Amino acid sequence: MKAKHQRLVLIVIALVALIGASLLAIYALRNQASYFYVPKQMAESPPEVGQAVRLGGMVQEGSLETLADGVTVSFIVGDGEATVPVRFSGILPDLFVEGSGVVAEGRLEADGTFMADNLLAKHDENYVPRELQDMTEHQAEQVVAETTTGGKAE
Amino acid sequence: MHGFANPKRFLTIARWLTPLLLVSGLAIIAATSWYGLFHAPAERLQGESVRILFIHVPTAWLGMGGWSAIAIASLVELVWRHPLAGLAARASAVPGAIFTALCLVTGSLWGRPAWGTWWEWDGRLTSMLVLLFLYLGYISLSQAVSREGGSSRIPAIFGLVGVVNIPIIHYSVLWWNSIHQPPSISMGKSAMSGEFLWPLLLATVGFSLLFGGIVLARMRALLADIQAEARLRRKALGAADA
Repeated sequence: MKAKHQRLVLIVIALVALIGASLLAIYALRNQASYFYVPKQMAESPPEVGQAVRLGGMVQEGSLETLADGVTVSFIVGDGEATVPVRFSGILPDLFVEGSGVVAEGRLEADGTFMADNLLAKHDENYVPRELQDMTEHQAEQVVAETTTGGKAE
Repeated sequence: MHGFANPKRFLTIARWLTPLLLVSGLAIIAATSWYGLFHAPAERLQGESVRILFIHVPTAWLGMGGWSAIAIASLVELVWRHPLAGLAARASAVPGAIFTALCLVTGSLWGRPAWGTWWEWDGRLTSMLVLLFLYLGYISLSQAVSREGGSSRIPAIFGLVGVVNIPIIHYSVLWWNSIHQPPSISMGKSAMSGEFLWPLLLATVGFSLLFGGIVLARMRALLADIQAEARLRRKALGAADA
């Protein structure tokens, strides 16, 4: 075997070992490195009451309500499998709308309500011009289907 | 490929290719930025802030591409002892670091209106910051080696090891729940309207040309340094003999 082949084999073995080690590390980190809980995870293995955590999911359509005090809002965050009721007092981010993604920072109360101290809006991977918004939903869907290729990247 | 190993032949090609890449890259970036600022439509939910897309995404791709280039050049240097590969790796580090920093800055500016936060310790954001630190480490290491003397294999090994971070950045939004949305563009698929997609791809071509031009310019500068040093050494030896 020529010297350069020896070096190539050595480097490939080293790289494979390195990638294997990182994959194991990432596998071990898979829960800790997540930025937030989704409602399903919160239902299956809830964090301790009062522990600071983040909850991420979709704001369910029709669930957003302003409470009697005028500054507290309540809404339901779901992921299609489980839901968590959330309360928040404060200014809502611009992108916060029903049917859109949200990340709430706060803590789980004993009654299962999530008290949020801070809300972050999460947007999806779809980029669509604003003009399409003024059309009816059906028209907009058609234009989106025509202008994007291959549909949603999921 | 070994034809380009000859530094003389490389220099004759690089001499005219460098300005060509720099000028065409800057022209395309200027055109797509103009389009992005004044002609691109506002996005349905994000509104006007979407215009930063045409800088943020190309710099992110090239920040990752720069380290991939370092890793490939390092492999070629370690295995085939290609004389220009080490130089190419060193020359890619500074533009790679600058593009990564630009991606982080534009991402932070975009995050404030879109998500409501300048910075979060999220998988995608953190792994991109780690990439910037890897670049800074690589630059200091390769400079120390070239100044203090030492094997150029040490930065090459660092360049190869650091490439582990690139797939982590890419998959961070898929493996872990992240505030950053999953990729809009993947092989043959796009969740982006044409008004955003095509100018974005063109802007990426422009930034790539600029990146290539900077790398060639830096390789020429590094070669000139080596030549000047060799000439000084010969002179010093000649003076000692006389």
